[in-house]
Amino acid sequence: MSTHTPPRRADAAAVLEADGVSHAFGEVAALQGADLRVTDGECLALVGESGSGKTTLLRCFNALVRPSTGRLRVRGRAVADSDPVALRRSMGYVPQQGGLLPHWTVGRNVALVPTLLGRSNPEAAARAALERVGLPAVEFADRWPRTLSGGQRQRAALARALAAGPDLVLMDEPLGALDALARAELRHELGALIRDAGVTVLLVTHDLHEAAELADRIAVMKDGRVLQADTLDRLRAAPSDPYVTELLDRGLGSAVAP
Amino acid sequence: MTAGASLRSRGAALVLLLSTVFGPATSLTGQEVSGSVPTEPIVVASKPFAESFLLAELFAQRLEAVGIPVDRRPGLGATDLAFRALRTGAIDVYPEYTGTGLVAILGLEPEGDAADVYGIVSTRFMERYGVRWMPPLGFENSYAIAVRPETADSLNLRTLSDLAAAAPDLVAGFSPDFIGRPDGLPGLAATYDLRFEETRPLLQSVKYPAIAEGAVDVIDGYTTDGGLDRYGLVVLDDDADFFPPYEAAALLRPGLAAARPDVVAALAPLSGRLDAATMRRANRRIEVDGQEPAVVAAELLAGLSLGAPGATTATPSPDVADTGLAEFIWSRRGETARQTLRHLWLVAIALGAATLLAVPLGVTLARRPTVAEPVVRATGVLQTIPSIALLAFMIPLFGIGVGPAVIALFLYAVFPILRNTWSGVRDADPDAVDAARALGMTDGQILLRVRLPLAAPVVMAGVRVSAVIAVGTATLAAFIGAGGLGDPIVAGLALSDERLIISGALPAALLALVVDAGLSLVESAVRPRGLSED
Repeated sequence: MSTHTPPRRADAAAVLEADGVSHAFGEVAALQGADLRVTDGECLALVGESGSGKTTLLRCFNALVRPSTGRLRVRGRAVADSDPVALRRSMGYVPQQGGLLPHWTVGRNVALVPTLLGRSNPEAAARAALERVGLPAVEFADRWPRTLSGGQRQRAALARALAAGPDLVLMDEPLGALDALARAELRHELGALIRDAGVTVLLVTHDLHEAAELADRIAVMKDGRVLQADTLDRLRAAPSDPYVTELLDRGLGSAVAP
Repeated sequence: MTAGASLRSRGAALVLLLSTVFGPATSLTGQEVSGSVPTEPIVVASKPFAESFLLAELFAQRLEAVGIPVDRRPGLGATDLAFRALRTGAIDVYPEYTGTGLVAILGLEPEGDAADVYGIVSTRFMERYGVRWMPPLGFENSYAIAVRPETADSLNLRTLSDLAAAAPDLVAGFSPDFIGRPDGLPGLAATYDLRFEETRPLLQSVKYPAIAEGAVDVIDGYTTDGGLDRYGLVVLDDDADFFPPYEAAALLRPGLAAARPDVVAALAPLSGRLDAATMRRANRRIEVDGQEPAVVAAELLAGLSLGAPGATTATPSPDVADTGLAEFIWSRRGETARQTLRHLWLVAIALGAATLLAVPLGVTLARRPTVAEPVVRATGVLQTIPSIALLAFMIPLFGIGVGPAVIALFLYAVFPILRNTWSGVRDADPDAVDAARALGMTDGQILLRVRLPLAAPVVMAGVRVSAVIAVGTATLAAFIGAGGLGDPIVAGLALSDERLIISGALPAALLALVVDAGLSLVESAVRPRGLSED
């Protein structure tokens, strides 16, 4: 278990809130009354099997998915009442494949959100963000995304998510496309970066080792619902459902994470 | 020079350029721009075979001999295209055959007597279409079903009834026109109970070489064809009198006789003056000896004392058949350049208009998946209409000439561009599009800055496909009198002149290569630098 900060007090301000959120894609129910609360400054990992609804729930918070029922709040304000474009510009986003625009240089990609926000000197913000994720700007700002390795691409995507200095970042399997070696290496750096930036993070992952290392709390999802959200120790000690123990055993073994 | 004057002179220059390219007095719809009646040229057309070329040239030179200006449109599609053009007033005169009028156009049963047939068609055409038949020129040109002499000897064939018995072992090569029309194969097969082992559609110009080399055993020709003599073929006797008499005559568009009595007066002296032997000799000079129809027509007119008072306008070139291919093509370089320019214009206008329509439409459809499939499929159906059929549909709507040709090329060009724009925009890197949206790009920004740049190479690939198709299809535009590099191809096919065909086909192929190479440079230029080059 890593040395991350202890969980915040229960009365810390909720940055992300979902109450009874349900959504279906055609006939397929993706969310069936999901509840979630992510507090200021914490890193919460959504874990669960494929199809459990974790990505759908994440995409509800930046209004990429409009759920049919339930209430969603970001920083206390209902998502339904927010301008989706302004909402999205206020938070970082790191998808599995990086999602870099292939026809833009790395520097221009990273400068995207500061540019959209009309900040002065977005290039400087981009260069600073690149340095923070370990990609020296002199070397990387003018390169094309296709010339980067998988790990470098995810670092660039992370730089793009952080360039405008958001207080909130959504990450959808940010290390999922990497090989094991790159994943292990980047996982440690990602943990440090999240703590240093002091941002609130909602992280979707199917890798429980990743969740255990990066997250303050882990939310276990099954069939479109959040079964339990708590620290790993307490999920182990007091599971609300046999499935919680089953998933943890399957993902971590009975031993503690390396 | 003021800005306004400069604009005006530039406009004038454009009009001048367009009119040199498309020929004077031709509007975009191909209709003649009306001028004062006496000087308006008479549009003389023909069908795409040698005798029709010759007769049209004969009419044209006869009109010019009495001072009537003429606009020549030789080689219009076939019976259906030419008659449609005449009926709708897109052309004024073309040579037709009474039997063809009776059976193929009026859809009546064949009649045996030539005078009866002329009586029927002249009355019925006037009643039904307002079209006037001039009195026949004096010779009949019927269908001739012919075989090689060896075939006739070994199978003992003398008549079409003999042929019916041997047909199941023979391969027929008939012109597409003959295969389709009721006075052609369908009626013939019914009358004689003919069943061939196989029936192949063959163009007029390849039928004779094909039968001479044994690729087919039976062909349809015309009794006045030079090729029958040249290859020594045996014409089988129509012992059941199936074919009606086919007397050649000038056909005049509705209203022409009343509006232009001078035209009627000029053509009338040709009636009854040409016999079959004269025509067979004349056709042979064109088809076998490679002489120009204009030269042969001028000599025929001079022989009848109906030519221009002075010397013949066409320069006779007796050694034309002996010049080599390269020399021949070089001698036509001016004409070829003009036709290439016109060809390029036809393609450029059609392609430009198709791009202006298809790119915005494709972008719109990419955001409306429910209507996109039906719309794209509908334009795809257009692609399956055979070019000649599409050109034929254009005639009643737009006449003949450049206008309908450009519209047809435009319709063909839309689909590849539309399909590629639609799929290119829709399928643009989904991860990049998703990230762009999640980071706060608006729909408009995503379209203009992400989807369109990523789709640009795909869109250009569609434009390239359309351009190459258009360069190829534009050669067929000659069938409706639009000019371009199809002119020498159509004339060459009709006159069995391979050098003429090559003098059109070679530049057309080169043009396709050059256009494709040029557009591939554009494609590279619009390809975003971040995308891989392969």
